[in-house]
Amino acid sequence: MTQNLLLSIALAPLIGSIIAGLFGKQVGKEWSHRAAIAGVAIAFILSAWVLKLVVVDGQTYNQQVYQWLQVGSLSLEVGFMVDALTAMMMVVVTFVSLMVHIYTIGYMHDDDGYARFFSYISLFTFAMLMLVMANNFMQLFFGWEAVGLVSYLLIGFWYKKPTAIYANLKAFLVNRVGDFGFLLGIAGVLMYAGSLDYVEVFTQAPAISEKTMTIFSGTDWSVMSVICILLFIGAMGKSAQVPLHVWLPDSMEGPTPISALIHAATMVTAGIFMVTRMSPLFEFSETALSFVLVIGAITALFMGFLGLIQNDIKRVIAYSTLSQLGYMTVALGASAYAAGVFHLMTHAFFKALLFLGAGSVIIAMHHEQDIRKMGGLKKYMPITYWTGLIGSLALIGFPGFAGFFSKDSIIEAVHASHIPGSGFAYFAVIVGVFITALYSFRLFFLVFHGKERFDTHGDHVPHESPAVVTLPLILLAIPSVTAGYFIGTMVFGDFFGNAIIVHTEHDVLAHHAESYHGVIGFILHGVTALPFWLAMAGVATAYYLYMLRPDLPTKIQQRFKYLHCVLENKYGFDDFNQTVFAGGARKVGQLLWQVGDKTVIDGAAVNGTAKLIGFTSKMLRQIQSGYLYHYAFAMIIGLWLLLTYFVV
Amino acid sequence: MIALSDFLILGALLFSMSVAGIFINRKNIIILLMCIELMLLAVNLNFIAFSHYSGDIAGQIFVFFILTVAAAEAAIGLAILVVLFRNRHTINVAELDKLKG
Amino acid sequence: MEQVIFYCFAALLLFASSMVITVRNPVRAALFLILAFFTSAGIWLLLDAEFLAMTLVLVYVGAVMVLFLFVVMMLDIDLAPLQEGFTQYLPLGIFVAALITIEMIAVLGASHFGLDIVAAPIAHPEGYSNTKEIGLLLYTIYVYPFEIASVILTVAIIAAITLTLREKKSKSQDIDKQIKVQAKDRVRIVKMEAVKKQESES
Repeated sequence: MTQNLLLSIALAPLIGSIIAGLFGKQVGKEWSHRAAIAGVAIAFILSAWVLKLVVVDGQTYNQQVYQWLQVGSLSLEVGFMVDALTAMMMVVVTFVSLMVHIYTIGYMHDDDGYARFFSYISLFTFAMLMLVMANNFMQLFFGWEAVGLVSYLLIGFWYKKPTAIYANLKAFLVNRVGDFGFLLGIAGVLMYAGSLDYVEVFTQAPAISEKTMTIFSGTDWSVMSVICILLFIGAMGKSAQVPLHVWLPDSMEGPTPISALIHAATMVTAGIFMVTRMSPLFEFSETALSFVLVIGAITALFMGFLGLIQNDIKRVIAYSTLSQLGYMTVALGASAYAAGVFHLMTHAFFKALLFLGAGSVIIAMHHEQDIRKMGGLKKYMPITYWTGLIGSLALIGFPGFAGFFSKDSIIEAVHASHIPGSGFAYFAVIVGVFITALYSFRLFFLVFHGKERFDTHGDHVPHESPAVVTLPLILLAIPSVTAGYFIGTMVFGDFFGNAIIVHTEHDVLAHHAESYHGVIGFILHGVTALPFWLAMAGVATAYYLYMLRPDLPTKIQQRFKYLHCVLENKYGFDDFNQTVFAGGARKVGQLLWQVGDKTVIDGAAVNGTAKLIGFTSKMLRQIQSGYLYHYAFAMIIGLWLLLTYFVV
Repeated sequence: MIALSDFLILGALLFSMSVAGIFINRKNIIILLMCIELMLLAVNLNFIAFSHYSGDIAGQIFVFFILTVAAAEAAIGLAILVVLFRNRHTINVAELDKLKG
Repeated sequence: MEQVIFYCFAALLLFASSMVITVRNPVRAALFLILAFFTSAGIWLLLDAEFLAMTLVLVYVGAVMVLFLFVVMMLDIDLAPLQEGFTQYLPLGIFVAALITIEMIAVLGASHFGLDIVAAPIAHPEGYSNTKEIGLLLYTIYVYPFEIASVILTVAIIAAITLTLREKKSKSQDIDKQIKVQAKDRVRIVKMEAVKKQESES
């Protein structure tokens, strides 16, 4: 593995982005997407090669490429660290990105910002690659912020749409909150480890874990817990964990390919990846792990509920993403990093598939996104239908599909975990399985089966999307099924090697590895276990409610009006943020404006000075009568005063 | 023998009288000028008295210079007065308030 | 004897100056001022300042006061408004003057500058010349101030002339006119008839 190889991977999408972005007008639409796709394709092929080098030949790479600047003893560098975790992420990112690029040709071909769009998604690929390939916190942060920036640009891609502008601002601000924690975490690492390089920090982890710090006087905090929780707050922002999840559903304002690429498959997994990467640190802090576990469990369960009542096809999938991210986070909290990352990978495939399928449906419905106005699309769009089915089955964890393996291993890992909060987490993920199945198939049935509720506009009938759209669907459907079969090596095997460090007392996966006897055995075991039957119950419930008795959901909704109201308001997070944070900030701003600016600065300082001078001058003006004898009197009286002073 | 204080008190009385003159004749600029001449006279008297009693002739030199400057002042002051009268047809100080702020 | 002269002159001086500030007519005020200068010249003589006493009489009485009288008489002054409010400020003037007087006497009075504190100087010897003494100082140590004083006087003369000069009646040369002038402009030849003899004869 050479430096040039890695540099080519990272820079190829950047070059594609620059060509499409800066020279899009000159080279035209055709060459814009050709350049961008070529860049990402090169990155994908080379990433696959790197994966082969890592997995088959057992090579790793960790070197500095470029020194950006030196501040005292602190050196800020650009460097690459490639091991199994990185290689896997690179392949997933570039593969999904490539699929999305191809898909975009079909999805965006009428859009004015065609070249701009390609530029953004290539830039995003570059940023994500920098993030995963980093060998130091500095570069990690760069990638972190860069994906945040591109996400902002892409959510607001249709910048003339007020809701899109609102959504991208929201995403950016909420991410800033998380980034603040992340930056503090990095600062903590630098303060206690004195370095930003991964390897150096990790070797010092045992020493750091014994230190304590004083944040408020009289309280001792474990340094490692503080650092890990701060880092995880960053992950909460990027990976949309409660309570920083509010931006993700709104980000559906962006074009659908983006929802697939950024808000399902890659960017939101940055937080999961980061925590996995930091496993040598997190392992030292049970407090942080417990925190991660509980946050993940809350997200997994409660965000799933919200998916049940959404009617926008993309929002249902968005809440599903939130819920699945919760699963991954739960896995991290339970120290089953491998399972978390495995779920990250399988989820990336099937969630991208679902989003792109949704996009395909949206094209067919002429940008109608309300699932109540769809139905019976099966006969019009067979490819979308079958790939959608595969995606849904993978999502609910049907045995044999990718999601089954990853999700089951997470559930088992949580079951085996003993850290505080694991009981609640186990309950959450188990219930989550049922909920996932229910909303997934609610969506599926409402879109593809049942009555045709859409308006056909006379002679127009929905039709299957073009090949550039369906090809990525098919290509993504393949790993959605097959990716699960790597469970033997990735979760229970030694695939990640030293990339993930788990202390033996936390090692829940090792416990299962003993009872793991191949894929078939895992499936057979899964079929008899509780999650499978819960998932089936979910599917059955969805079938009953939305196919057999479509009148029931409304009745239930009326019966549990209060509950529905809570869900409708998304537990009030948005309202809370809107009134407390946004409103509070506005109040503070108002206060500063009225009191600070208008009264103090304008009133007292600026106008006050002028007024004081004016007033004083007015007083002094009275003295300036212009009469000679008044001046003479003043002189004489002054003389007299002087004389008196000397006499007395 | 005449004491030094006698001369000094005489000078002080002369000075105070001219101060009172400025107050009383505040509208008549000619008399104001005359009062100033009187003040200078009082000052000169003091100078000469001190010079005499301390036996230092330098005090008289100062009087000489004061006389010179007073003469110059009187000449220019009267010239200004003439111009003033020519332009405004009055020398009433109460009407000269161009400097009013 | 000296004391009698001094008190007489002092009384005269105070009287003259009080008249200067109280009379309505500026001409009379100027005349009383002349009297004040004369009497103070007398007092200066008592102090052995002959040169300055003479200068005062010559310069002030001879030049400055004449100038004053000249201006006062030249200007057509309406005296009525100038005397308004004469008494209005009289109490204030007297009050301030009295205050200053009391304070000055407190400082300059006999307790500080009485004969027992500052003794009378020894009389000058025979042949002492006040003028000569002043001249010696003035042309040696004070020669530069003396020159400056002369410059100040020159400036004062020029300033006074410039201020009062009327532009239109300027006495400056107009060279154009001087060159353009022709004989007929300057010389007028008047033809006079010779006296008729016949008439005188007849």
